Amino acid sequence: MELKSQQNGTMQIVSVHSARIDAAVAIEFKDAMRQATDSGSPIVILDLSEVDFIDSSGLGAIVASMKHMGRDRSLVLAGLTPTVDKVFRLTRMDSVFGVFPTLQNALDAHAA
Amino acid sequence: MQHNGAQIVQGQPKATDVHISITSGEYAVRDALSDLLEALRPLMLDVEEKGTIELVLAEAMNNIVEHAYPPGDQPGPISLTCTPEADGLRFLIKDTGRPMPNGVTPIGLPVDLNVDFNDLPEGGFGWFLIKDLAKDVVYHRVDEANQLTFRLSLAS
Repeated sequence: MELKSQQNGTMQIVSVHSARIDAAVAIEFKDAMRQATDSGSPIVILDLSEVDFIDSSGLGAIVASMKHMGRDRSLVLAGLTPTVDKVFRLTRMDSVFGVFPTLQNALDAHAA
Repeated sequence: MQHNGAQIVQGQPKATDVHISITSGEYAVRDALSDLLEALRPLMLDVEEKGTIELVLAEAMNNIVEHAYPPGDQPGPISLTCTPEADGLRFLIKDTGRPMPNGVTPIGLPVDLNVDFNDLPEGGFGWFLIKDLAKDVVYHRVDEANQLTFRLSLAS
């Protein structure tokens, strides 16, 4: 599970360089997110554009990552591919996160 | 044919049954999903259909890995049969692990999102996704084995 992190002003962009966030790597993902987001940026954009597939364990791991960041910070999702988007829509979890079609959309929406 | 730990037995290259057997484990489930989609290539499924198949099968098999053969128990066999039919794909998944509690599948209600931030659900999505996307979901305990059958309709 490879996560790459870069800072963009007050926003942090975390990119997932894996095709799947599934039961096999959910715990690994959660740990990697915990480390990546410990810097404390108020807004973290999770770039999922390289992720083709997510299952309920992966979805749970993303929710856990958001809860670990705390309610005063926000985890925003960008670049959802069709199956990933479907999982968020069906579970209505897209109402819990800010969801943007592309990373650029997410950056534009949060630009001061 | 041996491939990444999953066994595939195929007949004709067109719509025939697909059989895949694995030993329970999270990575074995990945292999089974990739072998299944490979075997279904002749059906020319679109990204939407493939996503639905992969999601429902992942949830059903992950449940078996997690609950039928829970950590502490010996891993065991999971077998998957996919039968193409006129209106979609019929699936049968068998395992010899622990039975479903009370002999029935969970109802699979949508998770409650009208809760405090710290109570947002991190699980409980699996059966909802299965019941939402699959039709005719039936579970039986037969001769010390779990049998789950369901149907996924295809657009074409």
